[in-house]
Amino acid sequence: MRTEPAVEVVGLVKRYGTKTAVDGLDLTVARGAVTAVLGPNGAGKTTTVEICEGYRRADAGTVRVLGLDPVADAAALRPRIGVMLQSGGVYPGARADEMLRHTAGLHAHPVDVDLLIERLGLGSCGRTAYRRLSGGQQQRLALAMAVVGRPELVFLDEPTAGLDPQARRATWDLVRELRQDGVSTVLTTHFMDEAEQLADDVAIIDGGRVIARGTPEELCRGGAENTLRFTGRPGLDVTSLLKALPADSAATELTPGTYRVDGKVGPQLLATVASWCAQHGVMPDAIAVERHTLEDVFLELTGKELRA
Amino acid sequence: MTATGTFTPRPGAAPLPRMIRAQAALETRMLLRNGEQLLLTVIIPTLLLVLFSAVDIIDTGAGRSVDFLAPGILALAVLSTAFTGQAIATGFERRYGVLKRLAASPLPRWGLMTAKTCAVLVTEVLQIALLTAVALALGWSPHGNPAAVAGLLILGTAAFSGLGLLMAGTLKAEATLAAANLVFLLLLVGGGVIVPLAKFPEAAQAVLGLLPITALSDGLRTVLQHGAGVPWSDLGILAVWAVAGLGAAARFFRWE
Repeated sequence: MRTEPAVEVVGLVKRYGTKTAVDGLDLTVARGAVTAVLGPNGAGKTTTVEICEGYRRADAGTVRVLGLDPVADAAALRPRIGVMLQSGGVYPGARADEMLRHTAGLHAHPVDVDLLIERLGLGSCGRTAYRRLSGGQQQRLALAMAVVGRPELVFLDEPTAGLDPQARRATWDLVRELRQDGVSTVLTTHFMDEAEQLADDVAIIDGGRVIARGTPEELCRGGAENTLRFTGRPGLDVTSLLKALPADSAATELTPGTYRVDGKVGPQLLATVASWCAQHGVMPDAIAVERHTLEDVFLELTGKELRA
Repeated sequence: MTATGTFTPRPGAAPLPRMIRAQAALETRMLLRNGEQLLLTVIIPTLLLVLFSAVDIIDTGAGRSVDFLAPGILALAVLSTAFTGQAIATGFERRYGVLKRLAASPLPRWGLMTAKTCAVLVTEVLQIALLTAVALALGWSPHGNPAAVAGLLILGTAAFSGLGLLMAGTLKAEATLAAANLVFLLLLVGGGVIVPLAKFPEAAQAVLGLLPITALSDGLRTVLQHGAGVPWSDLGILAVWAVAGLGAAARFFRWE
């Protein structure tokens, strides 16, 4: 088992004219894991991925993909990676099965094409030319083309953009199976739930740098504070509650009888609130902990809407 | 034996000859499936050949008009496939990310270009077979050295491919579409294809004579109509265009 990471990017810089698209970015992608790269438009996601794929040269920094230089060692690297572009990549007049069979034929040990067609529901494309397929069918074909060569590492650039929920689930299942079978996956996405569902590791990119990274749980826990809500008698003594809580907490009565506690919400804080309620003869109804989603974390870190 | 899943990595490129063969077959199917391409490569040359042979529209000099027209139409067939068809198809492949996606596949770029050349040659063989059959049916009696004809066709293909790829790799797809069709029309009229060069003013003839289409149609006519030896000057003009065109394409072609 090789221990080197699937992708190792250190101090990557890429400029287009006077604009700096990637500004000293570091990223490590573990073998056999799904790594999600999140970021608003223009954050440098696609530029970073395309440098890893060998499409562009870095202006500074080092990039190693499967231990190789994506440009200098392109011939050795290409058979080992699978690439799904954000759009296009297929002859307008080609049929889905024809293009997939052709792509399979460029590899030595491809996945069974019929199986892949069935798994991704591409059978419905029939004899229709690519340019007349729906956006979702085109996306799924591009995904199939990325994995058909049994690569060690796949780059998926927004694989579920424009998919209906059913096709989206089929794509998710496929990514999970890739992970199960030991394929390393780099996924850029606009969808927080997608990253939460699929990723072992998330890197949030903004302004050409990684501004946060970790597992989805770590990011949700570490970045934002969580909230606890409960209802009780109106007019409880919030100041007394606050005294019982850890120093960095806040407690307010939102509307009469609805209370909100902000802070590091964990079992300890929950117990503190419950015991304070018991001391004051209050039954805390509708007690609920609101976990922050990756979306909240993202907004907090970047101040931007993800799908802006 | 360890259990393996459907996607358990087992990467590897197919053998190079197999990749190039598969790519050439796909490119050829794409060319032959495209209606607009067929109009350009098959229907227009055939119609021109039949129409101008049967109806005495243009004075083609002494002898049967089909003997004058057939070599010109063969040159037009090469122009339509190697230049116009290839430029338009490649321009849109570039626009739709086909070239970009293939660049990430195990097929090397030179392999892709080899496959494209094979597809052009296969299409030309089909065109020439069809047009030759039609011309023979119209009473064509070709002469000359087949090796000289093959040399002219191959150098012509190289010259037009270079120019077509240069256009496809530097202009926008829509601009390529318009420009490639315009050039096709201009060369059809001014390149000695159906209108004898002698019909133009002398000053124009000197310039038109240096065009690759003129060199190709004139060279083919020298051999096929007049049974002359190897037309070195025409071959020379085509060789210069081929070197310049392919060199410029290699230098300026952008894949995205």
